[in-house]
Formats: sequence, structure tokens, C-alpha cells
Amino acid sequence: MRLLRLALAFTAILAVTVPASAQDKSIIVASTTSTENSGLFKYLLPIFKEKTGIDVKVVALGTGQALDVGRRGDADVVFVHAKPLEEKFVADGEGVARYEVMYNDFVVIGPKSDPAKIAGSKDVLEAFKKIAAAKASFISRGDKSGTHVAELKYWKEADIDPETGKGSWYKEIGQGMGAALNTASSSNSYVLSDRGTWISFKNRGDLKIVVEGDKRLFNQYGVMLVNPVKHPNVKKELGQTFIDWLVSPEGQKAIANYKIDGEQLFFPNATGKPST
Amino acid sequence: MHDLSHAFSLALQLAASGDPGLWQIVGLSLQVTLSAVAISTLLGLPVGALLALGRFPGRNALIVIFNAAMGLPPVVVGLVVYLLLSRSGPLGEFGILFTPKAMVIAQSILVFPIVTALSRQVIEDLWAEYSEQLRSLGSNAAKSIGTLLWDGRFSLVTVVLAGFGRAAAEVGAIIIVGGNIDGFTRTMTTAIALETSKGDLALALGLGFVLLMIVVLVNGAAWIARRAGERLAGA
Amino acid sequence: MMRAPTTSLPLVLDRVGFSAGGVEILHDLSLRIEPGAPTIILGPNGAGKSVLLRLCHGLLSPSGGSISAGNVAVSTERTALVFQRPVMLRRSVLANVAYGIVGKHARGRASALLERVGLSHLARRPARKLSGGEQQRVALARAWGRNPEILFLDEPTASLDPAATRAVEDIVGEIAAQGVKIVMATHDLGQARRLAGDVAFLHKGRLLEHTPAATFFDAPRTPQAAAFLRGELLT
Repeated sequence: MRLLRLALAFTAILAVTVPASAQDKSIIVASTTSTENSGLFKYLLPIFKEKTGIDVKVVALGTGQALDVGRRGDADVVFVHAKPLEEKFVADGEGVARYEVMYNDFVVIGPKSDPAKIAGSKDVLEAFKKIAAAKASFISRGDKSGTHVAELKYWKEADIDPETGKGSWYKEIGQGMGAALNTASSSNSYVLSDRGTWISFKNRGDLKIVVEGDKRLFNQYGVMLVNPVKHPNVKKELGQTFIDWLVSPEGQKAIANYKIDGEQLFFPNATGKPST
Repeated sequence: MHDLSHAFSLALQLAASGDPGLWQIVGLSLQVTLSAVAISTLLGLPVGALLALGRFPGRNALIVIFNAAMGLPPVVVGLVVYLLLSRSGPLGEFGILFTPKAMVIAQSILVFPIVTALSRQVIEDLWAEYSEQLRSLGSNAAKSIGTLLWDGRFSLVTVVLAGFGRAAAEVGAIIIVGGNIDGFTRTMTTAIALETSKGDLALALGLGFVLLMIVVLVNGAAWIARRAGERLAGA
Repeated sequence: MMRAPTTSLPLVLDRVGFSAGGVEILHDLSLRIEPGAPTIILGPNGAGKSVLLRLCHGLLSPSGGSISAGNVAVSTERTALVFQRPVMLRRSVLANVAYGIVGKHARGRASALLERVGLSHLARRPARKLSGGEQQRVALARAWGRNPEILFLDEPTASLDPAATRAVEDIVGEIAAQGVKIVMATHDLGQARRLAGDVAFLHKGRLLEHTPAATFFDAPRTPQAAAFLRGELLT
């Protein structure tokens, strides 16, 4: 009896040990939940694997956490969309170099009833001012994500302190984009979203895009190799191969080809050279 | 209500579709959970027995600690294991972070105290009934422990099932140490968390129903095994 | 030069005392148990009969005084004890009898013993499903299998009906006939009369009389013994 239990446990441990082979060609990429949720990786990575045989394992986190994972050396590549934070990452010696890859944009989503009367506007700061003036219900992600950081930047540039609306029209939910859109949908509120999540969002209710096209809504993605001098375990050749492919004409074309319901989500804009 | 019934039919469709992605996730969930339960049981039953029968200084403190550890918050365990296994941490050189192994480790830490604390109680109660008779029949400590574990097997199977339940339901620890990597460390529960965050609540609920079905199946199998065991419990 | 063979008899208690939880249960008890016919320990409830048997069997240690067993140590290896309520292990009747039998042919010997107590037809039955009388016979077979020099019995038929009682007494008689010394506690006077070679009478933790059966029943020396025989001594 005891022998049987021992044998079972041994096989169990073995079964879990066996798949995790250390010699396989793979890298870990720390990226963001919104990028993962857009479905881009599910589309891109098989193409990359086909070409190079490299398995890309994406750990999707909030931007801050993704950069932290890079800092700890737990990822080989960091792929996020928060330019100032990325530049600091490289300046601090955590990353080798920053390459611009693609952009998508943010859009302001709102109810068809449009209480703040901003539909069709191409000025996000004006729109935010009007929302605050009308005390129209606004959902904020409140989770220090790239989208949240962008939202706070717009309030600041519009000279508005949204904290004054806390408890009445300004609602911080501390959750991801999908949850924020769900909340906005069920409460007919305004919300700032990335276009990718909006396109694949199914629970729209009475919501629609009310503001888009403002250059300020531009959301730039950057990719960096984690510094192999600081973290010798970083797979620098494989990681660089991934970066090189993302900014190559082939990779850029693949990014442009990714569509949901016929709509392109990401717009490639790599120069092939490090940005700084 | 509409959401629930929609989710339920989605669950049935998913299960019937034979979608390889789904079965990969189910397979990984079972692999991680069963491994954690196996490790916890292998360690927890003997430790529980030793705690039940032994008399040594600090025994009462240990019992309290194990009882309390049944309520370890998974997300805290996940965070601690993450810091330990991170490349910047003490065990970083093994490169276990963001792999199924890390998930097994985190879940074992959660399940081990449950198996230990509950089996200790079962065995202690049984020992109260048995100790005089076993000693009279010349049974030494090792033989007695074996006898108690075997005689208490039905209650102990329930203890193991409690551990299984905890592991199967867990998400906070494994999402941190596993990274919820598509096709590699994504399990039922982490997939549900992901779909929820994406706002696809119907799919999340559907996956939830599939998970429930699997857990019920495992418990059903244990029940059948027990009935068969009872019928054979002559030998 | 022949060595004297090892033996547990005579069993000599010299001024033995036993306390538990601050209560003195046996006082200054001196008793000599010789090989030969069964010794019956008689006395009302609370007299200390159970504790006395456990001390002699080696399950308890005296708080005061000493016990010597022939030219060996007091131990559970050379003696056996049948409890008032036997503990049946969660396995078959045969497995219960075999438990405690050392050596390769344990099951064979267990089968033979089951035959002798008339329970061969129940060998494969789960022991816990047997009636009280049957369980007690299993306990007897199990104790017999230990090959004891002395068989202690603690009120073995107190909760049994007359037929079951008779069956138990018959088996005890057979064991005695094989040369095993019987030491049995009871408060059943009829049983005592049937089986006793000599009687040790306990009252409130003290040994008041130890005399041959005929002497005790016909001419008790102490007023308490006399009262007990008349059915007037309750505790």
C-alpha cells in the first residue's frame, strides 16, 4: 500500500518535471494584458514560431508589473506601451535598447445619449473638460495601467482634477479594460479605452465611440531586450531575434494584417533602429 | 439568469466540441492539481500521524500553526513563492518561475497544511479508540501508524478530497507564479480570470461550469472507488 | 547445565499503588498469582479491577510498589488482554485474528484459531459488522494467537446475552485446558463460581481477600466480601 502511494507520487512529480525541458528554444516576453486581450499574440506568435522555431511565452501583466518582471530578470524581452517608463528602463541599464514597433490608439467611449455632448469631437482635452463640466458618469480603470496613466495625463492637461468627482461622477474600479467597459456599458458612462479591446468587446449595450483621431490619443508600443549583462540568464540571441523580427518588414506586415471583424487594430511604425 | 443559462449551454458546447485548446487547459489543470495533492498527501499523512501520536515539546504550537495554515491566502503564498523563484531571488538559478513546476510548488504549500491538520485530527480520534488495543497486541509505533492510516482510510480520502478541492479552485497563487502563459501555464481557473478581465463573462462562466463538472467527476470517481473498496473490505 | 525456562509466573504485585488525575485508584496492593486454575478478580464497580489487569498486562505502570512476572519483565509480549468491548479493526475477521500473530504462517494459524472458536464461516466478513458476542470471540481468538502465558480478561461478557456468555466461557475453558493461566475480572457471581480456581476480592482499590474458590464463596473472611456475595455491596 505504502509502496503504491510512493510510486504514484513519484510518477506525478515526474510527469510535471518532464514537460519543462530546459533546452527548448523559447523566450519569455513580459507584456500587457490589453495587448494579450486584443488577441495579437495568438495571431503573431505562430507565424514567428513557424519561421524561427522559437516558442514565445507571453506573461501578460499590468505595465508596471511587466517592467518589474524585466528588472528582476524573469523575462528576456519587455513589450509594453508606456514610452516614458520604457525610456527610464533603458536609462537605468535594465534594458539594452528601445525599438518602436507599432501604435494603436485610444478612443473615448460613451453612451448614445451623450450627456456631455462630445460625440464627433477630435479634441480629447475639450471632451474631458465637457465631461467634468456636465458631471457625466465616467469610469476610470484606476489600476496604474498604460490606459490609466494616459487617462490621468489627459485630465492633467485639461487642467481638471478628477478626484473632485470621486464619489459622484468619477468612478475608479481598479480593474482591467474589459471590466471597465462592462461597467460603462451597464451604467451608460464614458470611459477611455484602447481601440483593440473595444473592437473585440461584445457587451456594448448603448455605447459607441464618441471621440477619436486626436494625435494625443496615439498609443506607442516599444520593445526592449532585458540587459544580459545584468541578468546572465537572459536569452539574448533568441530575444534579439524576436525584436528584429517585430521591426522587420515581415513582422510589420504581420502586425498590419491582424484584424478583428475586418478592422485593423495595430499600426506598424518601426524604423528598425533604436529610438534613443 | 439569462447569463447563467447561456453560460451553461456554452459549457456543454465547449465540452462536446473537443476543442484542443480547452483540453490542453483541462489537462494542465489536472496535472498541476493532482501533482500538488500527491505531494501534499505523501508528506501530510505521515506528518499528521506523527503529530497525532507524538508527544514532544512544541507539539501544541505546531498543531495550532498547521490549523491556521489551512487558511493561508493563496495570493500571498503566490507572491512569496514568486519572490523566492524569481531570478533575482534565492532560488532563481533553477529557472522554475513561470513554469508548471512553480505552480505545483505553490499549490503544494497551500494543500499540505490542510492534509496535515485534518489527518492529524482523524488519526488522533482513531488513536483514542485504538491505542490500548494496539499496544496490547504488540504493535510498535510504525506498525500502529500504518494501522491507523489504513483503518482511517475513508475519512482520510475525504481529507485528500478537501485538499483536491482547494487546489482545483485556486487561482491567486498559480496566476502569479505561472504567469498564465497561453499554451503553457494557463489552467481552467487562470483562463476564467483572463476571460473575466476581458469582459467575456459568458465564456468565463462556461469555463467555470466545465471546471465544476470535472471536479464533480473526480469526486464521483473517488466515491465509486470507496464503494468498491468497502465491498472488498474483507481482506 | 540447563537454564531455567523463562516464565511470567508467579506474577507478584508488591505493595502496588496507582494514581491517575490526582485520584488514587489502587492502594498498597500485594497479590501473588500462581500458575494453575483460573484466578477470578471479583469486586463491585470502581473497585479497580480494570486498572489491576492493565498493570499486570503491562499497559500501565504502577505509581508505587513493584510488579514482577516470574523471571521476565512485565510485558504485552508474553501476556494478552481481552477488553470488555473489543476493538475490531476495519478489516475482515480473519485479518483481525491474524493481526498480532508474528511470523510467516500468521493467516494459517489465524484460520485454525477461528475454527476453534467456531467462526470460520465469518472469516471474510468485515469484523465490525459482527454481533457483540461474535466480536468477543474474535477478540479471544486474536488474544489466543499471541500465544500468551497469561490471558487477562476484563469483564468480557458484561454486555453479552447468556448464550454468548456461555460460548465465551467455553472458549476460555479450552484456552485454560491448553495450559494458559487465566486471570479474569468479573462482577458476575455465577460466572465466578463456574470458573474460579481462586478468587481475589477487591474493594475501593484494596485487596481484601485472596482465597481458594470454595473458601471464598462458602466462608468469606471480610464483611465486605460477605455483603458482596449477598448482593448488598454496590461500590
